[in-house]
Amino acid sequence: MKIDLNVNGVSRTSDVEPRTTLLDTLRDDFLLTGTHAGCEHGVCGACTVLLDGEPVRSCLIFAVQADGYAITTIEGVATAPGEMSIIQDAFCETHGMQCGYCTPGMILTAHALLERTYDVSREDIVEAISGNICRCTGYGQIIEAVEFAADRLKKSNAPRGNKAAKAGDAGGHRAPVEGVLEAVEASAPGKVSK
Amino acid sequence: MSADPSAFRFVSTNRRVREDRRFVVGRGNYVADIAREGVLHVAILPSQHPSARILSIDSSAALAMPGVHYVLTGEELAAAVDPLMNGLDTPNVKRYPLAVGQTRYAGEWVAAVVAETRAQAEDATEKLRVSYEPLSFVTDAEKALSPDSPPVHPAHGSNVLLDKTFVWGEVEKDFAESPRHLTFRVVWGRNSTVPIETFGVVASWDPWREMLDVWASIQMPKYPDQIARALRIPANNVRVHQDVDVGGSYGVKRGIKHTVLVSHLSRRLGRPVRLIEDRLENMRGGDQHGPERIFDVDIAFNDQGIVKSMKMRALDNAGGYAGRAPFQLGKPIGAIVGPYKINSVQYRAQSVTSNKAVQEAVRGFGQSPTNYAIETAIDKVAAAIGVDPVEVRRRNFIRKDEFPYLIPSGTRYDSGDYHTVVEKVLTHVDYEALQKERDRLRASGMLAGIGIAACLEPSGGNSSFEPLLNEKNTTTTWMDSCRINIDGVGFVTVTIHTTSSGQGHETLVATVVGEVLEIDPDVIRVVRPDSLASLPSNTPVGSRMAIMLGGAAFHAAQKLKAKFVKIAAHQFGCKEDEAQYSKGGVTGTKSSDQLGWADLVNIAHRNFHLLPAGMEPGLETTHVMQVPTGDKLPENGRVQMYPCHSFEFHVVLIAIDPVLGKPDIRRYVIGHDCGTVINPHIVKGMTLGGIAHGIGAALLEEFVYDGEGQMLTQSFMDYLLPSSHEIPKVEIVHHCTPSPYTVFGQKGSGESGYLGAPAAISNAINDAVRSLGISFSKLPIRISAISDAVAAAKQNKQ
Repeated sequence: MKIDLNVNGVSRTSDVEPRTTLLDTLRDDFLLTGTHAGCEHGVCGACTVLLDGEPVRSCLIFAVQADGYAITTIEGVATAPGEMSIIQDAFCETHGMQCGYCTPGMILTAHALLERTYDVSREDIVEAISGNICRCTGYGQIIEAVEFAADRLKKSNAPRGNKAAKAGDAGGHRAPVEGVLEAVEASAPGKVSK
Repeated sequence: MSADPSAFRFVSTNRRVREDRRFVVGRGNYVADIAREGVLHVAILPSQHPSARILSIDSSAALAMPGVHYVLTGEELAAAVDPLMNGLDTPNVKRYPLAVGQTRYAGEWVAAVVAETRAQAEDATEKLRVSYEPLSFVTDAEKALSPDSPPVHPAHGSNVLLDKTFVWGEVEKDFAESPRHLTFRVVWGRNSTVPIETFGVVASWDPWREMLDVWASIQMPKYPDQIARALRIPANNVRVHQDVDVGGSYGVKRGIKHTVLVSHLSRRLGRPVRLIEDRLENMRGGDQHGPERIFDVDIAFNDQGIVKSMKMRALDNAGGYAGRAPFQLGKPIGAIVGPYKINSVQYRAQSVTSNKAVQEAVRGFGQSPTNYAIETAIDKVAAAIGVDPVEVRRRNFIRKDEFPYLIPSGTRYDSGDYHTVVEKVLTHVDYEALQKERDRLRASGMLAGIGIAACLEPSGGNSSFEPLLNEKNTTTTWMDSCRINIDGVGFVTVTIHTTSSGQGHETLVATVVGEVLEIDPDVIRVVRPDSLASLPSNTPVGSRMAIMLGGAAFHAAQKLKAKFVKIAAHQFGCKEDEAQYSKGGVTGTKSSDQLGWADLVNIAHRNFHLLPAGMEPGLETTHVMQVPTGDKLPENGRVQMYPCHSFEFHVVLIAIDPVLGKPDIRRYVIGHDCGTVINPHIVKGMTLGGIAHGIGAALLEEFVYDGEGQMLTQSFMDYLLPSSHEIPKVEIVHHCTPSPYTVFGQKGSGESGYLGAPAAISNAINDAVRSLGISFSKLPIRISAISDAVAAAKQNKQ
């Protein structure tokens, strides 16, 4: 079947079997290998991508089902070649990973959380990432990373509040993402990646 | 070099981990990301039977499926390759990547289908028709030990792989002289590290170059050697690419059978072939299960709780084949008395085959189960004499002034200050307040307990357990290496000769070389040559890389520094000891005696006429490092195992709703002393991650087999991994007792947390339920087990 997917703001076409998962399509057809296969039965969260800003397990959705959604993979998060988003930088600051395998899914989950929640508590973070299994870190430095990112996002004064996406309004969800990007630029890129 | 942290420029400072940058943007280079033109994909047909004779395999329907290139069976493979390596001298326990003639566990790989896509290969496995004749089987270790049990390998004669008794010191005399004795059994359930990335490998044979290229998610010593031996090709025909990021391992990523399988297929088909396990293949047939162990322990002690002697019998269920599993009974010999002054020990190590999946090395290499047994013993002693478990530990600890301390089994512990670490933790946690909180919880109707565990992390990984358990093995080195090159423009490149699986080795070597050369670690490039361009490495096993790779990098950098000084002294016309290296430049005795980095680089790379006589041009040094200590073969069953011994002290408060049975960890504090910390972020992560892994082993994770020999926990729906909900916030209390045997005083930390967490959790739960007259002696202690036992105990009381 021919599909036309909006991935990281770019329209991508492919010819897939109906049974092909979004995960396999992203990796094999679009060479977006930052999305990882972990359990392939919807438990570990390593394959998490965002559909209209909400975290979704790409191993549990067929590529054909993703038609019509704005898909964000980890490759769509960095602000520019060699640079990182505030959240990605925060994971580096606290060493919120070891082997890096669960990291893209973890970061996208954190992105979704911080899009819709301005004041996050530790409990909010624990709840949000509880569908993403990490075998390396014991989660401590991941939680610290999200707390640190939340604080820096707050200080960056970026417009957020992805209520539209939560309510299922596909039209309003992209503005906050762009706001975040502007905030990163405002806080002097290059310094954040040090 | 001084171990005083304030003397360091980069070591022990909170520098970022350089590997993280590529991971957060999804630019890791994992094996599944390796794209090779024309690659073929493999899917596996597993055995349904725990033990069965393979009568025939009909692959005609599978071969007729679209995209299918080949079906490989064990018969063909066994004719083309040699059996995989065993650790012990058990030549009749033959293991091939596919079952040959007989299957030995449910899930064992019977045939491999090769197709254009993985989906096509999977489809075709369903068309394979295998005719089996089921045989009798055994999954229980104690039954397997019995001479009338069905032998998993009939040619071997029995299921016993290892049965060796060591007696260190006057055990019987110490038992006779001790007024009190205690006997108990604890059982460590079969679990593993279960990385989120499964094992994967891509192999490509080039018949014209006669070269096998391998990319793998691997963490295995002597990997290229083992591939070459199995394939019967020269070792320099095997090129393992080590710039592959490994998505977690913690010991288990040793896919030699996978590698030999795809390498043979690539040679046979003339195409690159890859096998990326799916989760099912990984869980049931990936041969990555951990120890499954029964401990029978006798303890001799006095009325003060001083433990005089211990008898320990450890029976381990190795699964269908031998591999290195029996060695996991050997490594704990190097810390068989834990942090305690136990005078004598009898240790019986037994390993049996059974019709379960094959065991592989797991974090700690058998140490965490052993620590669980020792720490259970100490808690039982405390209960027996009615003294607080912390106090009993203090009474038995080796004192700071007694190091280096020789334990009965022949290892000399390097250093430690256990009493101080305990004191710091108790102060931090406010032990009295914690006890009051436990009592308050109990008064409110909850079950509540405090768990204590004190244990060692042997580190620096030599392999002395090999000659100790296998007399034909004469291994006395387990080296690691580093090469530093300063190019003609003055930039520094350092090499690592192994893959890494999240340990931050690039950060480690950059920090160490930066420290020695007094240059910014961020400007140092770190690369991983392929195995043919590599110096010897034994990979990141045995908590060894801070000590061994860090040590090799240190010595290589010192050699470079010495070369700089030699070149400069020659220009200054002074003696070498009159020239001084500082921050990349060298000064001499006169104020004009100054040469900067660029000058020195220029001389070394371009001015041979200015070099001292006999000096090679260029700026390149290597160091192949021997493990500190442990350079002798065993004598009389005694051997120096690992050189360094980190210490950890766990204090845990657990509350359990007596109806639900769910253990709720209210407080988790660990005191951790791994000597000088090279990167605090990395050590913290290892410790927190190790604790999470230990919590999983203690409460959730187990590969369960039913009475039919079938594995019940094949997915993450039933093999439960701890999520962020199950892992509490952990508080770490630091202490630093430098090791006298290492370059910065560092010890290992790759297994920290994991080595004591299961014991601490178990002790906390048993403290919580003690008033009910029950206890738990098998891990994992599941919610259902707790609620059932509590309900039964309450019913009995009524």
